[in-house]
Amino acid sequence: MKARFDVLVIGAGPAGIAAAVRAAEKGASVGLVDDNPAPGGQIWRRGAPQNSSARQWLSRLEASGAQLLQGWRVFDLPRRGALLAEGSAFAAESKVCAELEYGKLILATGARERFLPFPGWTLPNVMGAGGLDALVRGGLPIAGKRVLVAGTGPLLFAVAAELAARGAVVAGICEQAPVRQLAGFALHLLRQPAKLIQAAHFRFASRAVPIFTECWPVAAHGSGKLESVTVHRKGRQWSIPCDYLACGFHLVPNIELLMLIGCRIDNEFVATDDLQQTSIANVYCAGEPTGIGGVERALLEGQIAGLAAVGSFDEARALNRKRPAMRRFARALDRACTLNLQLRGLAQDDTLICRCEDVPLASLREYGSWREAKLLTRCGMGPCQGRICGAAAAFLLGWTPDSVRPPVVPVRMESLGSQNNENGKETL
Amino acid sequence: MPELDRIALTVNGVSLRVNPGTTVAAAVLISGSSARLSIGGEPRAPLCGMGICYECRVSINGVPHQKSCQILCAWGMEVETP
Repeated sequence: MKARFDVLVIGAGPAGIAAAVRAAEKGASVGLVDDNPAPGGQIWRRGAPQNSSARQWLSRLEASGAQLLQGWRVFDLPRRGALLAEGSAFAAESKVCAELEYGKLILATGARERFLPFPGWTLPNVMGAGGLDALVRGGLPIAGKRVLVAGTGPLLFAVAAELAARGAVVAGICEQAPVRQLAGFALHLLRQPAKLIQAAHFRFASRAVPIFTECWPVAAHGSGKLESVTVHRKGRQWSIPCDYLACGFHLVPNIELLMLIGCRIDNEFVATDDLQQTSIANVYCAGEPTGIGGVERALLEGQIAGLAAVGSFDEARALNRKRPAMRRFARALDRACTLNLQLRGLAQDDTLICRCEDVPLASLREYGSWREAKLLTRCGMGPCQGRICGAAAAFLLGWTPDSVRPPVVPVRMESLGSQNNENGKETL
Repeated sequence: MPELDRIALTVNGVSLRVNPGTTVAAAVLISGSSARLSIGGEPRAPLCGMGICYECRVSINGVPHQKSCQILCAWGMEVETP
């Protein structure tokens, strides 16, 4: 299968939707590729009550004429101006590999949670905070279950509120940051339209949910699945029985595809100009890959990218005046989520760092770099390709993942074969 | 929701019904199973819930290594875990 779009957008979260809508409304042919069953990304995932902004953008998307390719994963860039994507075996058009040609490419690949390994973190029912929220929105019953929420960032409060609203018993919220670190961010939230924390505090107060700051999980226990979590706060440790641990340490950007394309990365984030253009011609980036800043910032950058991609530069630049507030918010968020270096002591020698290949911390300590450790221990060589353990190794050992090679996600043999055919190479 | 409007599938041969929009990952957890066995033989279950970690891989209708968190349950699906 082959398709050509004036503007191809990768990722159907708020940034990607805003980009696709603005470009399509100008009359461009737009393709929107996403690996989930429905548009919305993580924050506007179906199965949760949508706010008015989400409803408005999703219905605008439907009316825009942009073509949605849901259940597709981009895995390679065979040449400038084209990407290869594989359809999910269980999506409508099954088992297809598509070559998607574009005039302009907008990458809105979002972010994932940062996971820090600790003893027991591989037990079933130890999940990310966003991870458990996604599972629950995907139909996992949570009413009556005891959930401990831990890690860092405003996502913890949003997830706890969502789970509590669905009848979960939130056993506590453990935030690694001290109160003084959170205070600056709380002030920013009050200046923002989304009064997330205020709302959360109201709900938690009424349900008597304990909120612990400077507190984190040190071990998860259970036979076959999670039964309790030991948490640590200022030298004291105690055990909290629970059915689920929802634990994430803020977010890391999904930049693998941008690295493959060769876009310049500054301090882990994609560098763009004021029109969201990356260092590569005709390639734009919007949302979390350019800096973790939340949904409002993603919508703004997505719109700018979509407008710029169709040549509506004045309209795009007019949106720039909203940037300073977004930038202040992102900086405040970043400061609030700064990790306590004591968390480096969470992983023990026998704690698995790479879950795909079962590589413990002790094996990694013998090596001096991510690359060396990869070659000699298989750390980061499993199906997730280091997306989980890479961020952990970066925090624990100061390593930075060096290169990205195609396919950027595991694909079927047939898909690799089709790539060779289309390039005119010999195939076996 | 009326029981007949719910989607029927099997997980390791056991029938269950789930609401439309339920992911296979959620159905596997509802059935009481974990998703895959690690290289060291431990049970693993979804971690990220968003298609990044590959811990939720199961076999669906005989197709192995499917990321169950990104696939919706469909009528008659046969899901297998180790």
